[in-house]
Amino acid sequence: MVDITNDDIGESNRLALWEMMLKLRLVEKKAYDLFLQNLIKGTSHLALGQEAIAGAFGVSLQEGDYTFCTYRGHAHTLARGSSIEGVLGELMGRQCGLMKGKGGSMHLTDVDKGVMGSYAIIGAHLTIANGTALASKYNNTKEVSVCFFGDGTTNIGAFHEALNMAQIWKLPIVFVCENNLYMEYTPIGEVTAVENPAADRASAYNMEKIIVDGNDADEMYRTAQAAIKKARDGDGPSLIEAKTYRHSGHSRADPGKYRPDEEVKDWMENKDPITNYRKRLLEFNIDEEIISEIENKVKEQVEEATEISKASAIPDVKEIFTDVWADGGYKWHN
Amino acid sequence: MAQLTYRESVSLAIAQAMRKDPKVFFIGEDVGAAGGVFKATVGLLDEFGKDRVMDTPISEQAILGAAMGAAMAGLRPIAEIMFSDFLAVCWDIVANQIAKTRYMSDGQINIPLVIRTANGGGSKFGAQHSQSLENWSMMIPGLKVVAPSSPGDVLGLMNSAVNDPDPVIFYEHKSLYASKEELESTELSIPLGQSNILHEGSDITIIGLALMAQRAKKAAIELKEKHNINAKVIDLRTLVPLDLQSIKSAINETGLAMTVEENPRLCGWGAEISSLITEHCFNNLKGPVTRLTTPHVPLPSADILEDNTIPSVDVIVQEVIKKVKGE
Repeated sequence: MVDITNDDIGESNRLALWEMMLKLRLVEKKAYDLFLQNLIKGTSHLALGQEAIAGAFGVSLQEGDYTFCTYRGHAHTLARGSSIEGVLGELMGRQCGLMKGKGGSMHLTDVDKGVMGSYAIIGAHLTIANGTALASKYNNTKEVSVCFFGDGTTNIGAFHEALNMAQIWKLPIVFVCENNLYMEYTPIGEVTAVENPAADRASAYNMEKIIVDGNDADEMYRTAQAAIKKARDGDGPSLIEAKTYRHSGHSRADPGKYRPDEEVKDWMENKDPITNYRKRLLEFNIDEEIISEIENKVKEQVEEATEISKASAIPDVKEIFTDVWADGGYKWHN
Repeated sequence: MAQLTYRESVSLAIAQAMRKDPKVFFIGEDVGAAGGVFKATVGLLDEFGKDRVMDTPISEQAILGAAMGAAMAGLRPIAEIMFSDFLAVCWDIVANQIAKTRYMSDGQINIPLVIRTANGGGSKFGAQHSQSLENWSMMIPGLKVVAPSSPGDVLGLMNSAVNDPDPVIFYEHKSLYASKEELESTELSIPLGQSNILHEGSDITIIGLALMAQRAKKAAIELKEKHNINAKVIDLRTLVPLDLQSIKSAINETGLAMTVEENPRLCGWGAEISSLITEHCFNNLKGPVTRLTTPHVPLPSADILEDNTIPSVDVIVQEVIKKVKGE
């Protein structure tokens, strides 16, 4: 039961979380539909079911903060305020895409919004996120860097190199492990020496063990706020392990058959972050009409952005030859 | 006038860059307090302090990742990878991340950084601390590749590398660290993509890089003095960008070409140069392009084995004589 007399989050923050999570959910669903219509090619890794994590950080970060995400990064990109048509357009390979089709689903980047890239080789971006954090420390500015990754990342070397370096240099960074229980197709517990793949490693880097219900938007919000504040205050890095579950398979190619039906059903029906948050809003006596209004508004936004993306031109073939170098070109000899 | 070693030029070049631009910082293993395992960065910690000269753990991915991220945020990192062979443990950061992020982001992200690394053989360190790996980075779109052959070139090319808006891999040759040069000025700038003629001649063009360029020069002097053969020697200095125009002019003049490479045969940088020469200078060629490389083997350690693996001055001289005499 919630304690509505002692509300540390407040209605406006809750509605912001609600709107954010809905946007992430509905855009991912739309991405799935567009696949079925063959309007999106290549691969995609949907974050359906994991919206509370990106959502909580999205509403908690400030302009100028840096985020780094993985190939499962549509939601994290949208959470920083990137346009829906920028994301869907990139997935569809259109000119309105964030990178005009040059990166695709796994590499969404929107520097103006602090989205410093989506990284598709496991582990690399933890080390790179240290770099923006190092720059903030070097310049004595107060940005925070946040790096999202999955449970599978905790078993690659770069994870360990990055955590050690972040701690010895007391960098203003938050590492967020989204533990969705499966490393691609394999249960993470079968291939990991510890029960909590990120949190149980924290002590090795002199960090606090933080485990949070990643499907509880309020809990995620509190945890995000605390870690961001710690980084901004100059008190060093945090490592958060958020327990969650993806509703669909690992990628477009995966129907997720390796997961027990009962387990999937439990997470979909009882632990869905969005269904549960709607109930939470009502428990806090937020007017259902306001909740529904936001739902309708987001639905409209997603439909409108989908139409913009569909109408957007395909990129000029000349784009192949641009932006290898800072001079805009690709020439390698005189 | 100042006499500088190649090693001293490295620390001076870094210091010059750091004095000019507060955004430049330097990180790597044992680079600060120890002054580098090749003593090429002595004095930098004392002058610039720990905030700008950072000793790191043995974490090559974390070193280059941090450099990349800092560059993305507007700083100008110089990162050291102690031996170029160690690039293999952080090749994801180099080849997938640093090289491709500008392109994949449609130009939203710039990565102005320099990766310095000790390259090449001659020290009898064996196959994992002696490789010449310029070709690894040459084949990746998005990386610039520099390999200086003299103290002056270290100064001039580092100056350009640090100020370049793109990522540069700067291969310093271990066997050249002790080499000396009299310099009229230490304020030098050499554009990337500008080769250097180390010896003039009209009978054949020898194309080299780093230590091999210096050996080719010595060979050219001997060829002229003892064999009446005039060899032109081009030190490429940089593989990307490549000074193709100077290669073309030289080959069109001499009609014969030889590359001298310290890497194993297959896919060495000379293969690309040879291909370009055939493509652009075919009608002026008097014979096929010859490539001198190491045999296609890992580099062995013992004196006699290593010395007979890497092209020597004697081998260059003998091969040029054969080539020019049409044997």
